Amino acid sequence: MKVSFSLNRKAVEVEVEEKATLLWTLRDKFQLTGTKYSCGIAQCGSCTVHIEGNPVRSCMMPMRAIAGKDIVTIEGLSEGDTKHALQDAWVEEQVPQCGYCQSGQIMQAAALLKKNPNPTREEIVDYMDGVLCRCGAYMRIISAIQRVATKG
Amino acid sequence: MKTTTTISRRKFLNRVGGVTFVISAGALAPTLITAAFDKSLNGTKTISAWVHIGEDNQVTILNPAAEMGQGSMTALAVIIAEELDVDWANVTIQDSPIEPDVYGLQWGGRLGGPMITVGSRTVRGYYLALRLAGAQARKVLMQHVATKWGVPITELNSDSGVVIHEKSGQKVTYGTIVATLKLPEKLPEVTEVDLKNPKEFRLIGKKVSRFDIPTKSDGTAQYAIDVQVPGMLYAVISRSPVNGAKPTLLNEQQILTMKGIYRVIPLNHGIGIVGESFELCQEARKSLKIDWSPGAKATNYQSVEAYDSYQNKANSHEKGEVITEEGNVNDALASAARTFESNYKNDFVYHAQMEPLNAVVTVAEDGKSAEAWVGSQAHDGARKSVADVLGIPFSDVTYHSCYLGGGFGRRSMSDYVEEATHLSNAVKRPVKLVWSREDDMQYGAFRPISLQRMRAGVDAEGNITAWSHQIVGTGDGLMSSGAKSPYYTIPNQYIDLHNMDAGVRTKHWRSVGHGPNKYAIEAFIDEVTMAVNKDPYQMRRHLLRNNPRELAVVDKVAEMCQWGSPLPEGRARGMAFAERSGALVAGVAEISVDRDKGKIKVHRFWCAMDAGVVVQPDNAIAQLEGGVIFGISSVMHESITFKDGAVEQSNFHNYHIARMSDAPESIECHIIPSQEAPAGVGEASTPVVGGAIANAFLALTGKALCHMPFTSEKVKEVLEEYGKSENGQR
Repeated sequence: MKVSFSLNRKAVEVEVEEKATLLWTLRDKFQLTGTKYSCGIAQCGSCTVHIEGNPVRSCMMPMRAIAGKDIVTIEGLSEGDTKHALQDAWVEEQVPQCGYCQSGQIMQAAALLKKNPNPTREEIVDYMDGVLCRCGAYMRIISAIQRVATKG
Repeated sequence: MKTTTTISRRKFLNRVGGVTFVISAGALAPTLITAAFDKSLNGTKTISAWVHIGEDNQVTILNPAAEMGQGSMTALAVIIAEELDVDWANVTIQDSPIEPDVYGLQWGGRLGGPMITVGSRTVRGYYLALRLAGAQARKVLMQHVATKWGVPITELNSDSGVVIHEKSGQKVTYGTIVATLKLPEKLPEVTEVDLKNPKEFRLIGKKVSRFDIPTKSDGTAQYAIDVQVPGMLYAVISRSPVNGAKPTLLNEQQILTMKGIYRVIPLNHGIGIVGESFELCQEARKSLKIDWSPGAKATNYQSVEAYDSYQNKANSHEKGEVITEEGNVNDALASAARTFESNYKNDFVYHAQMEPLNAVVTVAEDGKSAEAWVGSQAHDGARKSVADVLGIPFSDVTYHSCYLGGGFGRRSMSDYVEEATHLSNAVKRPVKLVWSREDDMQYGAFRPISLQRMRAGVDAEGNITAWSHQIVGTGDGLMSSGAKSPYYTIPNQYIDLHNMDAGVRTKHWRSVGHGPNKYAIEAFIDEVTMAVNKDPYQMRRHLLRNNPRELAVVDKVAEMCQWGSPLPEGRARGMAFAERSGALVAGVAEISVDRDKGKIKVHRFWCAMDAGVVVQPDNAIAQLEGGVIFGISSVMHESITFKDGAVEQSNFHNYHIARMSDAPESIECHIIPSQEAPAGVGEASTPVVGGAIANAFLALTGKALCHMPFTSEKVKEVLEEYGKSENGQR
């Protein structure tokens, strides 16, 4: 089947299998490998992207539900050559360890700050709780989000 | 230590495949470069095996270790850059070739051991050698300048990539030097006297940003799972649910007619499916009809019931494999004023690295060469496994190291690389083998289950005089790490190990046996301490009385958490101490308990560490923080159980790992300044977490938590349990 949608602010069309998911389509058809496979059942958040501005687990999202939608991945989070403020904060706070979950963490955090530019610690934890980090970089993820929040 | 770098650049060893190395047996800082590898460093000059410098002053430093989030790729480059004396802003890090003869860990005092990234060995295993390598590369440049300017080398100095002759006021950058540099016939010898005084360090011990973090913040960091090769196929494998069972596929033809399926490949332990995409392979897999051979050893293994057999073994008073025997424990227990006995248990735990196992392998049409892209903690082992499967020389495998999306011990096995090689060899096309999360969990190799029988005797003053620790479980030697506590002065000690093989797969897991053993040791100390009405901190001070370095760490954490100061209502602190890979860590947890829900909340955690020279303090603190959360995860949630030999858990919905809401409100860490040799920090804080939480719980409730993980069911059970017998025995 053919699916047309907006990917990182560009109109795209792609031929996929009936049961194809957004995750593997992004990775294999568009070479956008920043979005990661980890659990495949929407339990860890490593595959988080934005659909219509909302954070969604792409591993369970069928392509047939994507038609006409606006998709943003980690690769399209910032426009042009500038980095998103969260990405700078991630470097300043030296957040990632293995780094594998971090695209998902940043996409989830970016959605949070869009809705709530100055969240409390509790609100951060509540919103971020579905994105797992096995290295345990949570303390620095919180600090990095707070760093951007207080700037905003 | 002294380098033996009498390397002749003419002493070439040709290997099959046209790759040429300069090999120097046993050299501490040998020189090497492959012709092919040189190309990838185009525009730069080889100074030594470790350093390349461009005319634009850009410095490339080679990284021999796996980068899995522990930060050592940056730490190793920092060590070289420090002694080479270059501006860090000009440094780029590139993975070294996988040539253990040259880049292997210091093993028996010399480089050339395996290229493995395990046991928190990297920084401590390369520290001196890479300081010498940096100093040697600097000396090459200095000698060249001395000859050119006709001045004694002793009159030359360097400053951040510039050689200076103060007398004449001449200066020249490293980049300018390399433009005319011819490498000497023999690289200059360097010894420890050529090294910087640590007081002059500008990079070691300072905050240096990790090299890999920018690409790990924008999605561009490349893991093996991200590699795409033209013509590449995907593969999955349906592996035996019970370890050791062999498959017979009953419906190959049916599978082959399924959409996008290219080949079905029987393996010893499973059935491989090669197809166009991961999703199509996974879809086809649902239709596999496999007959698994009966009789595998693990078939009758029930891990929950296994504790009974472990307990029976502990009750049998049989002698196991002796780990420590000092004084006479039996006599000391018989003559003790009071004796204590407790059992501690720990379930199997799973690595749960976020990137499931995977590898990309391309076997050539003739089967005589291959190319592989792998994230491995044992890159030389992985490269060798490709060669061994194909029966070809090591050098005929072109190998690309990738970032690891977590390792924690699992990626020091090469099983997934062997599998990918078999599959690619069958189809003679590039194959990306991906383990689903379910595969990764159900065909995991776990930290062993064990029961620990602890016995102690105290004298009339309540000081511990006898200590017996028997470890019974399934996991062989993995269970013995951390069993000893040589820093505690206890005159009579007996520690032994009883392995009861069950045919299931076990493996090193961050800090290995230290997790269960240090938990049992530290929790038991507090049980005894409470029974004799002493303070856990003072008890540890007494036990550490002959070991000032360890004592200072415990004192530091007590100071940090203001041990003994009043706490909010419903909270308590617990302390634990451990040594892992030479790093000494004391931890304190502050917890509360929701008694209705049986839920323990860790509010604050403090860590003090003495790990000798710490190359990257901020990164070491990140490791301590992460290690505490990793510890909380395993201590509070994680449990793998086997029923009839098969793993019962399958994914993160029934194998819980720590979430952000499990993280304490604060983790405060302090690194004690030291000039001792570097220790390993990547696993240092994980072993103290179980003891610290159990001890806080004991302080708060008077009840001991004796079985990890401390799930709400277990916590409720413990809180409801009454009637601990007198004398502290259970």
